[in-house]
Amino acid sequence: MNADPHVKIDMLSQPRYLAGARAMIASVARRLGFGESDCAHVALALDEALCNVIKHGYEKRDDQHIWISIWPLHGSCCGIRILVEDRGRQVDPEEIRSRQLDDIRPGGLGVHIISQVMDRVQYAKREGGGMSLLMEKHLAAGQAPFARKETA
Amino acid sequence: MVHADDLPVEAENRGDTVVLRPAGEIDLARSPALRSAISRAQQGRPRRLIVDLNQVPYMDSSGVATLVEAMQVARRYGGALVLCCLQDRVRSIFEIARLDSVFRIVGSFEEAIDG
Repeated sequence: MNADPHVKIDMLSQPRYLAGARAMIASVARRLGFGESDCAHVALALDEALCNVIKHGYEKRDDQHIWISIWPLHGSCCGIRILVEDRGRQVDPEEIRSRQLDDIRPGGLGVHIISQVMDRVQYAKREGGGMSLLMEKHLAAGQAPFARKETA
Repeated sequence: MVHADDLPVEAENRGDTVVLRPAGEIDLARSPALRSAISRAQQGRPRRLIVDLNQVPYMDSSGVATLVEAMQVARRYGGALVLCCLQDRVRSIFEIARLDSVFRIVGSFEEAIDG
């Protein structure tokens, strides 16, 4: 991930901007060759990632920053790579896990949803504070990527 | 002016049944509005609460959590919660969360009202 991101967004930790982030990532994913179902899943994953930052990282403070970086993926794995970064509360990545799904109660589903709809998910502590979440979605065989000459 | 976080929710009383029809995307910004509408509806302890999701093109886990909470409240007082008319994208999140078999989900409003 040495190259600069093709898209970088700095948004405030306000839930009202989730809709814009979803629309943006779905639009980018569509241009990278994903079908509508996958675009919806990528948008859902980003939404859930941002919700987790707002709720847990920033404990609902609405004046904090969240950074979204996007790269197209080429080569052996074509698709999209998304990095979500914050300066919120740090947790051990090993402790980030979904609740048991047979424990029916409100909340705690975001981590599970992200892991189900994305192909690679990696949480890490950021140097200097906060967390990062790297997510990748790969194009299935037969899905033709656009913008093949651009490299991540 | 409609506030960005508002979620129009139409409420209809049909005897011992209350029907709620939210209209719009339900995410972390708007799930509190859905929670308020459901809470108002459940104050009267209706035997059945139908949430018609025909006009909801998107829902994230905060919306799902709101409905899980509503289902638990209904069960506690002996009522039932029925979801109907889910669009594919919305049904998908219930399937991913493996909650599609926990909720009573029907395809049409007629099934919900007749069931």
